[in-house]
Amino acid sequence: MICGHDLVKGLAEAGATHFLWVPDSAMGQWEEALRTGPLRLVRATREGESIGIAGGLLLGGLQPVVAMQCTGFFEAGDALRNIVHDLHLPLFVILGLRSYQAYRSGRTTDSCPIFVEPILCAWRLPYVVLDIQHTAGDIVDHYKRAWAEQKAFVVCLPE
Amino acid sequence: MDHKAALEVIALHRGERIVISTMGSVGVWSEVSQSPLDFAYLPSSMGQGPALAMGLALAHPQRGVIALVGDGSLLMNLGVLVTIAEQKPRMYLVLIDNGAYEITGGQPVPGAGVVDYTMIAKGAGIARTYRFDTLEKWMAGSQEALHGLGPVFIWLKVDYRPGQGTPRAPFPMDEQIRRLRVALGISQ
Repeated sequence: MICGHDLVKGLAEAGATHFLWVPDSAMGQWEEALRTGPLRLVRATREGESIGIAGGLLLGGLQPVVAMQCTGFFEAGDALRNIVHDLHLPLFVILGLRSYQAYRSGRTTDSCPIFVEPILCAWRLPYVVLDIQHTAGDIVDHYKRAWAEQKAFVVCLPE
Repeated sequence: MDHKAALEVIALHRGERIVISTMGSVGVWSEVSQSPLDFAYLPSSMGQGPALAMGLALAHPQRGVIALVGDGSLLMNLGVLVTIAEQKPRMYLVLIDNGAYEITGGQPVPGAGVVDYTMIAKGAGIARTYRFDTLEKWMAGSQEALHGLGPVFIWLKVDYRPGQGTPRAPFPMDEQIRRLRVALGISQ
């Protein structure tokens, strides 16, 4: 379970300025931390839109973090392709993997988990899949590393 | 009104604001302005121009951003109007409405000639909206529309230009980003 307050505090201390999201039911628990924390929260209407806004912030010298569920990630492919591979901007995404834990134990027919990793690979996005033992600090560490290297990166949170 | 004449009016008023051009406006804008504060969003993700402009406007609220967006592009992500209204960036979203997908051969966009874009923008929560159908009215109203607090939504009805090819950005993307960042004082 990722603590929203720890995550927001850690990302802000690492230099992040904005948090753009379309929440899912797991990341939605971070709402209060985001609403009251030091990052500027931008609620997007669609996941591709959140990536476009993040692209503008990055162009303008700021440091956004984008969060979405894998369903929205599937929709956002063209925006993601453009910002990462045409504009070469270091987009950082926190991605909720719907039904992933149930899928690994054979308890779901949801097709989302089947496609997430192949699509991440198809878009040539470096990523890591965390497990339930990981903490907010692990996400922050990945953020720091990605920003230092000025590379796009995706942290996947199994749900 | 003529597309180029409409953009020449914007060039007179843009001051030190960033101007983001998309799709069919890329080539036209580069004929009327060569500022390092111009950003031709090509190669693009069609429909993401307003979102990109909004991000830049949030990053540089004192300077502000003018975004030139086609009707086909805006229709791909109408939801961004709601996000713009909520975040209130200093942004002037100029809709260049020719009623058609100009680059692909002039097929009409959905709802061409029927959709009321200022009503949609106002309904999304953008308080300042304008519509200009003729160059004369645009010239007369541009001073008010292009100044003051954002966000502002400006709907310009322009003539469809048959035979337009795929637009080309004046510089490669990496060079555009470098020029813009230097002009913004972000990098050397």
